[in-house]
Order: sequence, then structure tokens, then C-alpha cells
Amino acid sequence: MTKEKDVIIQVKGLKKSFGSLEVLKGLDVEIDRGEVVVVIGPSGSGKSTFLRCLNLLESPTAGDILFHGKSILGKGLNLDEYREKFGMVFQLFNLFENLSVLDNVTIGPRKVKKIPKEEAEKQAMGLLKRVGLDNKADAYPSQLSGGQKQRVAIARTLAMEPEVILFDEATSALDPEMVGEVLQIMRQLAEDGMTMVVVTHEMGFAREVGDRLIFMDGGYIVEEGDPKNVIANPQHQRTKNFLSKML
Amino acid sequence: MILGMDFTFLNKYWFYYANGLKLTLQLAFWTLILASIIGIAMGMVRAQNYKFISLIIDGFINFIRGIPIMVQVFIVYYGIASQLPQFWAAVASLSVNSSVYIAEHTRAGMQAVNKGQMEAARCIGMSKLEANWYIIIPQAIKNILPSLCNEFILLIKNTSIVSVIALHELTYTSNSVRANTFLAYEPLIVTAVIYFVITYTIKKLVGILERRLHAHD
Ligand SMILES: Nc1ncnc2c1ncn2[C@@H]1O[C@H](COP(=O)(O)OP(=O)(O)OP(=O)(O)O)[C@@H](O)[C@H]1O
Ligand SMILES: [Mg+2]
Repeated sequence: MTKEKDVIIQVKGLKKSFGSLEVLKGLDVEIDRGEVVVVIGPSGSGKSTFLRCLNLLESPTAGDILFHGKSILGKGLNLDEYREKFGMVFQLFNLFENLSVLDNVTIGPRKVKKIPKEEAEKQAMGLLKRVGLDNKADAYPSQLSGGQKQRVAIARTLAMEPEVILFDEATSALDPEMVGEVLQIMRQLAEDGMTMVVVTHEMGFAREVGDRLIFMDGGYIVEEGDPKNVIANPQHQRTKNFLSKML
Repeated sequence: MILGMDFTFLNKYWFYYANGLKLTLQLAFWTLILASIIGIAMGMVRAQNYKFISLIIDGFINFIRGIPIMVQVFIVYYGIASQLPQFWAAVASLSVNSSVYIAEHTRAGMQAVNKGQMEAARCIGMSKLEANWYIIIPQAIKNILPSLCNEFILLIKNTSIVSVIALHELTYTSNSVRANTFLAYEPLIVTAVIYFVITYTIKKLVGILERRLHAHD
């Protein structure tokens, strides 16, 4: 018996151009609650742009994105409220440099969700503990290693209790010995049932944690399916070429 | 006597300088306040890159920068602000002049904050206004403060311009002393020394402030 699917996001014919450069040329994707979708593809294929369209950091040129069945591109939508539901973890962390670790995690709940300071700090300490950094609460971002920064960034995202978290090459800027600690947290999140869209070059993670793999090239989705199958047995020549360079 | 110059006139005329200095500092103070408010606001709005507003602000900045400050003072004093008391007409024209430079420093300081900071703030649901207030501006202040202090030094020197509308600040005063004492150079030397001491002191204070700011990094 299959569990009934709960589709959170539907992407329909999504296109995005920067000036005359068409970067996304019509993407169709559905993402279910609790699903981990891994996106791979060569540099410049539009992976980041795809993620950034999902949380409307970039506005699509054509097509539609439905969130719980409702278009997010129509007028009258409160963009800020919508973005709140999407966490995003960046390659370069983007921790707020003027704020301590604790304030990085609490500022969203306090200023956006209007949660009282004490309550927000209690929640934040819990999250920092979960990523193993409760002892760094008073530190500033400049005092942290790359891996620690990314863990704080994940805690900051979780503090907003998002429905979906987008990871854009969250481990690409890390020294090799720090990649593991961040992947471990992402793996844990996946096990806890978080819906995730993960752009990564970590094929091990894709295979073991991903529910679905999407291979993008030249602004198109070339191939998608069960990660293990796609990696072991790619159907398209472009996927084969890409994977042979990755593995 | 230094180099054949005679400074004994100071016994009788020092209070001219005291009064002139007082007015100069008052001019500088009020100009700093007004110019900072106008300039910082203008720079912050400009940093948002709204097309139409940016065009207007850039136009205004270029316009003011293209006109000699003495001409600006005359235009404000005889024209736009002719109803204002002399002092405030001077403050108004000096403020407009300084504000465009402060606006440029502010814009540059805001835009120097990493773009990722704004994106991360938007991603946790902050509005642009909230993101600017809690994240961008606190970081921009660090970038802006040193150039703002340098602007203050320029502004003190600029106040000498308003002697042309007969405001009895330091430069005007030294001319009065020259007329009364029939001394050509000595009163000007005293004036120069006073300007130098003020601006050099501020420069040193700015240096200390900058080191403090960077000690935090
Ligand atoms: N704001 C922008 N303005 C203009 N062009 C852009 C912009 N953002 C991205 N592009 C272009 O869009 C194309 C796709 O970029 P994107 O960052 O989505 O690729 P990517 O798959 O994430 O690549 P990478 O693996 O290098 O991160 C590139 O050619 C890039 O130069
Ligand atoms: Mg990218």
C-alpha cells in the first residue's frame, strides 16, 4: 500500500531569464512533504537559480509555482510570509556578521514571528545544542570555522520552523574535514522528516539520503528518478558524462 | 617676535578669535547634524537602487558637486533662504553641500555590505526594511563612520566660506583683526593655527575610533 502523497510544491514550466540569457528553460517538478530531492548538474546549469526561484529570491519569467496548490506568483501574496516557510542554507553561510551566534538564531523568531526574547533564546539554545554549538552561543561568526558557521546557519533556518529547506551547495566551501559534520546534520534532518531540496556535489549523500535525484543541464531537467538507479544506471549520455566526472 | 612677526596684538584681540572660533564651531556642529540627517537618509535610499529615485538623487548629487561652494552660499543666502537669519542660511547651504558627499559615503558603505546578508535576511522572512534596519545598517555604520569623520574635518574648513556673507566666524574675524591692527600676516597665521589644531585633533580622534572599530573584527 502506498502512502497518500502530500504535494507541497508544484513547479510548472518554470522559466527564468537574466536579460537575454535564458537560464531555466521550462522545469516541471513536484515535491512531496518529507521528500529529499537532490539536484545535481554542471556549473551554470541553473541549479542555484532554480532554488532561488522557489523562494522567490528571483522572480520567474514564465511558468508557475504552486505552494499547497496555490500559485505564489499571483498578486496579493505576502512574499515575506511565504519566504518564512522556506529555509535556505547558502554555500557561503551568510551568517549575520553583526550578530552573535545566539542572536543569529533568535533574530528571525523575535523580529519576524514576534516571539518574546526569552522564549526565542530557549528555543535557540535547544537548536544550537542539536547542531553541537550551544557552547558558542556568545561567539561572533568571524570566530567560527566554516563547518561551525554552516551548522549555525542551519540552526538559524530551523528556528523559523520552515516547511521546506533549500540547501545550495552547503558543503562546497568547507574544508574536507568539516564536510562530514554538516552532512551528518542534514542527514538527521532528513530522517526527522524535513522536506529538503539539496543542490550538492556529494554523490554519497545523494545516494544514501536522497529520495529522488534530478540531473539538470543547460536549464533543463535531463533526467530524474531514484538516486541509486540514476547513479548506477543513467539513461542519458549527458548524465553519464557528468556522473563519470563526479565519481 | 617670531621671524620678525609681532603677535602682541593678541593681548588686545584674543577675544575676537574666541568669538570667531565659537561661531565656527557652532556652524560646524549644526551643519554636521543637518548634513548627516539629509546625507545618510539620501544615501540609504539611494543604496536600494530604485530606478526613478536613484536617478533623482544622483542628479541632485552631481548638480551640487558641480557648483562652487561659494556660489551655493550666495544662492542660498540671497535667494532660497533669504528669509532665514544669516546663521541658519549659512548652515543650510553648508549642509546641502556636505550632505551630498555624506550620501555618497553612505551609499558606498551600504553597498559594501555583502549581498548575501540581505538574501539571508529575506530568507528568514524579514521585509527589506527590517533587513536593512537589523542587518545591513549596523554593518554599514562601521564602513561609513571613518569617512563621516573625515567629512566633518572638511566641513569645518568649509565654514570659512561663509565669511563672504559677513558672518563673523573665524576667517571673517581674522580679517577684522587685520583691519584694526594694520598687520598683514600675523592675524592670518593665528587663524591658520587654530584651524589646524581643531582639524588635526579630530583627525587623531578619528584614528583612535577606527582602531577601536577594527579591534572588534
Ligand atoms: N543575477 C544574475 N544575473 C545574470 N546572470 C545570472 C544571474 N544569476 C545567475 N546567472 C547566470 O545563470 C546561469 C546559471 O547560474 P546558476 O548559478 O543557477 O548555475 P548553477 O547550476 O548553480 O552553477 P554552479 O554549480 O556554478 O553554482 C549562469 O550562466 C549564470 O552566470
Ligand atoms: Mg550554484
